[in-house]
Amino acid sequence: MSKLIVSRVLQAVPTLWVIATLTFFMTRYAPGGPFDSERSIPHEIKVKLESHFGLDQPLLDQYLLYLKNLLRGDLGPSFKYPEWEVSELIATAFPVSLTLGILSLLIALLIGIPAGMIAALRRNSWMDYLPMSMSMAGICLPTFVLGPLLIFALSTKLGMLPPLGWYGPSDWVLPSLTLGLFYAAYIARLTRAGMLETLQQDYVRTARAKGASAWRILSRHAARGGLLPVVTFLGPAFAGLISGSFVIESIFFIPGLGKFFVTAAFNRDYTMVLGTVLFYASLIILLNLLVDLLQAWLDPKARQQR
Amino acid sequence: MQSSKDFFLSLLFSRLFSIWPLAWILLGCSQPSNIETALEEQILHFGLGSEPQSLDPHLATSVAAHNILSALLEGLVSEDPKSLKPSPGVAQSWSISQDGTTYTFKLRKNGRWSNGDPVTAHDFVYSFRRMLNPSLGAQYASMLYPLKNAKAFHQGIKTWQEAEVGVEALDDYTLRLTLENPLPYFLELLNHFSWFPVHQPTIEYFNAYEKIGTAWTKPKNFIGNGPFRLTNHHINSVIEVEKNEQYWDAKTVRLRGIRFYPIEAVYTEERAYRSGFLHLTQSVSADRIDFLQAEYPKELHFEPYLGTYFYRFNLQAPPFDDQRVREAFSLAIDRQRLVEKVLKGGQVPATSFTPPGTGGFMPLPKFRHDPEAAQALIRTYLQENGMDRLPPIELTYNTSEGHKKVAEALSGMWKDILGVEIRLLNMEWKVFLSTVAKGEFTLARAGWIGDYIDPHTFLHMWRTGEGLNMTGWGNQRYDEALRRAEISNSSEERWKNFQTCENLLAEEFPILPLYFYVHLTLRHPTVRGWYPTLLDHHPYKYVYLAKEGDP
Repeated sequence: MSKLIVSRVLQAVPTLWVIATLTFFMTRYAPGGPFDSERSIPHEIKVKLESHFGLDQPLLDQYLLYLKNLLRGDLGPSFKYPEWEVSELIATAFPVSLTLGILSLLIALLIGIPAGMIAALRRNSWMDYLPMSMSMAGICLPTFVLGPLLIFALSTKLGMLPPLGWYGPSDWVLPSLTLGLFYAAYIARLTRAGMLETLQQDYVRTARAKGASAWRILSRHAARGGLLPVVTFLGPAFAGLISGSFVIESIFFIPGLGKFFVTAAFNRDYTMVLGTVLFYASLIILLNLLVDLLQAWLDPKARQQR
Repeated sequence: MQSSKDFFLSLLFSRLFSIWPLAWILLGCSQPSNIETALEEQILHFGLGSEPQSLDPHLATSVAAHNILSALLEGLVSEDPKSLKPSPGVAQSWSISQDGTTYTFKLRKNGRWSNGDPVTAHDFVYSFRRMLNPSLGAQYASMLYPLKNAKAFHQGIKTWQEAEVGVEALDDYTLRLTLENPLPYFLELLNHFSWFPVHQPTIEYFNAYEKIGTAWTKPKNFIGNGPFRLTNHHINSVIEVEKNEQYWDAKTVRLRGIRFYPIEAVYTEERAYRSGFLHLTQSVSADRIDFLQAEYPKELHFEPYLGTYFYRFNLQAPPFDDQRVREAFSLAIDRQRLVEKVLKGGQVPATSFTPPGTGGFMPLPKFRHDPEAAQALIRTYLQENGMDRLPPIELTYNTSEGHKKVAEALSGMWKDILGVEIRLLNMEWKVFLSTVAKGEFTLARAGWIGDYIDPHTFLHMWRTGEGLNMTGWGNQRYDEALRRAEISNSSEERWKNFQTCENLLAEEFPILPLYFYVHLTLRHPTVRGWYPTLLDHHPYKYVYLAKEGDP
């Protein structure tokens, strides 16, 4: 286990370096720059701004300086919002995205797994068809339709919940529900498929023959195998969830990370693009490692192989 | 197998679904909306549209920044909420010399910064010097060029002492500003945030005199002299200000606070409004007008706005290097139909470049619609060049549904009347800007919002070689007329010269004005003391909230 962790960490360094390098040069070669605006800044001002942000240096020097600063954990100031450091902006936005991500994931799991299990246990009955057709609808219904519908019903019409914002726990409900229902739909289908397979397995029958209680069989034997596809899906899904969702954030006006991802690219906010990309990459690496560890724990076969 | 499955099921229901009542409890609590609590609290909930790039008045660039800074800071003069005419601000009175180039301001003795320090004439000298300091790199520094010798200092030709820039503190409470030329709209100009003062000790403490991106604009550090003070700034979420008790005119200020929400998505902003979260929106999507007019007839406002939507021709390349082709393109379009059938948002067809009534200037309607004349012009052009039709023309615009609709409508008109095929080319915003700035376009979309209420804010763009020109057009007569307007003190003389400029634009067609903007907004009936103004300025000290029916 510790070998796995060490080797993953060692692999992460070159991975992140390649990502940083590609992103750095890709943003720099994109047409337009951070200081282009409709108002056409006088030349001397542009020169001054560029020198303030070090853009007047040769590109290679800028790159080396960026890597050097990166090693010290310094992501630099945002080009678009110079009064804020990139790390400060990420630190403000990440807790929001993390809360939203965890809540949505909880909703997704609490709905998706039971629904998938019921469907698998009652295969080809209405208890299978109903949740599965709902989940198909959930997958097909984009969040930008579901979100406004929920706002219209629960907020505009009934006034039960705030329509948008992220100022207190009551603001968390609608966006988490919107995002959670979307993921629940996937999880339900994955759970159903996984459960159907494990319920046929010999070891489940053996466990029953040995007189294990139904709850024990379900939770210790069947679910552990049946949920493997879900766990595999969860790694990247969770990374995606907690690094912010641009659509949900703009529908519900949530100050999360997703917005920075998109607008930083539009604004040619070089440091912010690099900051968010590297942050996301690190999250993916970390979560994939966690998923592998979790899978090893769930699946004895995988544990053996390692 | 079946029986144990039933058992599994009952277990699932009992164990996992037991937490759902919690969710229903959470959902069950209904709460009052912002609008409902606001009347009691006198807190205005303001749709800001976008997050300001900076809250440093010398580095800020956007309308959003203006909306915040006009709450936090006050310039020498303030403005009337209806007419935007100058009224006493930090200066309680002023006198103007006969030739209109020297302004002497008497500052009030009770002007205070939010930490209690007095506001003095030296603060303004320091602020103007900082704004013009070439090392700061302020984008709007040229707003201060009307000050004598300001340009020489800003461009680094002379030092502050050598340049003798036209700003002088005669004593703590007397400030004299000397201008290059008389400027009839000078006092109005002082309400642009680039002329606002900053608190010297704060700037010095944060070493921000010539440095971008220091922390002095953070809520705990910001010292202002306006009717409100900054209490909270959560990026992309909210900017909160509360009444500044140190403000000299605090008794006039009725709002206890303002919350600005930088909601960029128009539909989200509209939902926020309709759910009672906002008192006013920054904008309204054009495709929602019909619905909102039916549902919120009293709350949807179409207000005039100082802006022109137009296209630039590239005069460096055929076919627009020929004036007749440009003229034909202009004559072929029916601006009235564009506004009525396509835009449908109350916009006004542009028959000049400067919006009529800007500072009192009424430009003559020179851009006409005459399809026959357009066809005749194109026929002669084609004959002379031995062509049977115009080559396809690329129309470049930045990606947006609204711009696309306009581009499609115009393409249709040009195809019908001139038989020319238009290829629409949309680009992401920054790519678009750099493409146009490099002159790599044939025909490109543009828009311009005035910075001050004077035709000069529009017409200066087309001076030969001006950075904003980008068409390759230049005309000595135009430059001369513009210069004469700039140095004149008489309205009659200035209007005459501005009209000459307008005439030249409509004779040589470097541009194609299409329509004048309208500011579309939703505003709650409880918002009082708020009037439509050309610059969309609304001095907050006169704004308050009152129940419908109450005064």
